[in-house]
Amino acid sequence: MSANEITPLLEARNIVKIFGTLRANDDVTLKCMPGEIHAFLGENGAGKSTLVKMIYGALQPTSGQFFWNGRGVVIASPSVARQLGIGMVFQHFSLFEALTVAENIALAMPGSFDLGALSARISKVSASYGLPIAPDAVVADLSVGERQRIEIIRCLLQEPKLLIMDEPTSVLTPQEADQLFAVLKRLASEGCSVLYISHRLEEVKDLCDSATILRHGKVVACVNPKKETAASLARLMVGGDVHAVKPAKAGTVGKERLLLKNLSLAADGQFAVALKNISLAVRAGEVVAIAGVAGNGQGEFFDAISGERPVETGMVEIDGVAMGRAGINARRKVGAAFVPEERLGHGAVPEFPLSQNVLLSRHAADDRLVKKGLVQKDGARETAERVIKAFDVRKGKPDPEARALSGGNLQKFVVGRELDRTPAVLVINQPTWGVDAGAAAAIRQAILDLAAQGSAVLVISQDLDEIFEVATRIAVISRGELSEARPAAAWSREAIGLMMAGAHEQKHDSRKEKRHAAGA
Amino acid sequence: MDLFLTIITAATPLLLAAIGELVVERSGVLNLGVEGMMVMGAVCGFGAAFLTGNPWVGVLASIIAGAAMSLLFGFLTLTLLANQVATGLALTLLGIGLSGLIGESFVGQPGVKLPVVAGIDPLIPFSVILTAGVSYVLFRTRSGLIIRAVGNSHSAAHALGYNVIAVRYLCVMFGGACAGLAGGYLSIVYTPQWVENMTAGKGWIALALVVFASWLPWRAAIGAYLFGAISILSFVVQTYGLGIPSQFLNSLPYLVTILALVLISGNRALSKRNTPACLGQPFVPDR
Repeated sequence: MSANEITPLLEARNIVKIFGTLRANDDVTLKCMPGEIHAFLGENGAGKSTLVKMIYGALQPTSGQFFWNGRGVVIASPSVARQLGIGMVFQHFSLFEALTVAENIALAMPGSFDLGALSARISKVSASYGLPIAPDAVVADLSVGERQRIEIIRCLLQEPKLLIMDEPTSVLTPQEADQLFAVLKRLASEGCSVLYISHRLEEVKDLCDSATILRHGKVVACVNPKKETAASLARLMVGGDVHAVKPAKAGTVGKERLLLKNLSLAADGQFAVALKNISLAVRAGEVVAIAGVAGNGQGEFFDAISGERPVETGMVEIDGVAMGRAGINARRKVGAAFVPEERLGHGAVPEFPLSQNVLLSRHAADDRLVKKGLVQKDGARETAERVIKAFDVRKGKPDPEARALSGGNLQKFVVGRELDRTPAVLVINQPTWGVDAGAAAAIRQAILDLAAQGSAVLVISQDLDEIFEVATRIAVISRGELSEARPAAAWSREAIGLMMAGAHEQKHDSRKEKRHAAGA
Repeated sequence: MDLFLTIITAATPLLLAAIGELVVERSGVLNLGVEGMMVMGAVCGFGAAFLTGNPWVGVLASIIAGAAMSLLFGFLTLTLLANQVATGLALTLLGIGLSGLIGESFVGQPGVKLPVVAGIDPLIPFSVILTAGVSYVLFRTRSGLIIRAVGNSHSAAHALGYNVIAVRYLCVMFGGACAGLAGGYLSIVYTPQWVENMTAGKGWIALALVVFASWLPWRAAIGAYLFGAISILSFVVQTYGLGIPSQFLNSLPYLVTILALVLISGNRALSKRNTPACLGQPFVPDR
């Protein structure tokens, strides 16, 4: 080693982490230089989160060592990590829902306890980096995008030397993502290193100076992403070619199968979103995608169509039957199927094996599973196995509990469970959120195939790549209002992004006004 | 005025126990053993006061007895990860049985009473100060923020580097000390004597008060005084002989509790904000 070579800010040397029989990290070595944006790539389950948790002190390595500015360190706890200058934005946010933004941030800040002074600092950093947030808002009332800002501001306030970002753009509009990239580039130019975890290879190519790629717990390559193509990076990650989604043929579009007429729903809570006069027809053979930033009424929209929240009877029609007041099972019986956003807890019961999870959404509409009120165990098992096979759900044991599957595999299962019925109408909220490239491609292909068979598919998504890949027509939802659904070819990314973001900014202003009004 | 004081005196043990349990539940632990800790506080407090002749030693002993019981609960549920509901119920049964055994020779003995000034014993102002103090700590200090954070999401608190188990141990012991003191209040102030099972369900009422209060200290105080008022008034009404069956009057406080719980749980925004999301869930840190 020559004397004038730059010392890495953080170096992980020969890290091994063993959980039971699983080697989650196997001899992982990673170097992050001062002021660089370093990508950390790998499929779900490759071991990225494990390494990152060890860097942040939440887990301890089985063997191997970390070096900080060339000195060997033991990162015994997150507070040690913070003292070193390591900040982390978690993928599954580590926020306290019942507490305010300022309280959440105070919990991570050492020193004197003064919420007023802290709120002022939050507002200052939030203005300086263009990350709008109200310090006195309660987290439970905020959207996913806003929650991410809290985490970022929480890190920035600690003036970190290394910022770890775990899948940060999955919840942002293109404009919000660009804004985030500007923040990250500014941080890097100020000398702060960024360890950037993502599945989105294009943005890694744009943003990152170097990339370490992990597969099955082992480092397979360390490359300069600017000299690679997205396809070559994907090959390194997956260890083979990723099948591109075959675009739908401009097929025949049939009758209207899902019809929404002036769908309105009052807001359920102070900061919840009300749906305003949404009208939309989804016809057989087409995929309609709803684009929008998290927290603009997508959840309420999904709940109203699926029957989790009843509306007036004529507002929702499925295959010509007015279903606005009907429960979710009645809607399933006429051929509709629904995939909610949250796969664990909403889409599947974590503690139940897959064969029982199959029953949850299909017990009413499928007599192979339930006959005369009795559960058909064999039928359930066969159905689960059929779904597992058709969607290549990778699992450890024959009938594992839902929580034992990785995110991507569970999502494939939850989607597959509904597709297995070939529903007439499929409504799917965030089909590939936090899912690796391989699984996402499989799910998108399945959505297109279903539409090609004559079903009507409604996809709610924040991922514009996904929307352009699957959609026949696109509409944008903002503040509970839906734009006109226009053919995908008639939209540009910028047009969609502006529609999503412009409305979002207005929403902030209106909230502020609401608060002022309440205070006055 | 006398009636007013009687009500306050009847309400004070409920308030003490409820405030302690409120802190425990804010940290995400459900200790159903309040009744057991109270009755142990009552017998140990009475015994220590009787044997030393000093009521203040009795007060101290009741606090220690309650805290010791809660430490047992903490060890079983926080360290050994036993089920909190089952352990809490067992703690109540243990407390009732053990207190009967310890108190066998105290039955019928004259008690030693805390000095009272103008009908007000020192624990009445103390309970009000305690309520104010707990409210201040929970909502105005870092320690309180940590307690609420641990009760709201123990995994997030752990990820930030807080010692969830240690915070919960401290809160559980605070709750135990308060419950013990509440028991001591019964046997040293309220009726200075030892009668087996003399708490007679007050621990359970304290538990209900915490929910009634939607985990807010001042509401717990209002609830305790309301409950005290209704139970005293039902005695007063009986003396007038209005022909209302005494059983109905005796059950009145409990009916009001149920009614209040129903009304409170109707306010979803309030309960969403204040219910500790991790209540009753054991915390197992990552490997």
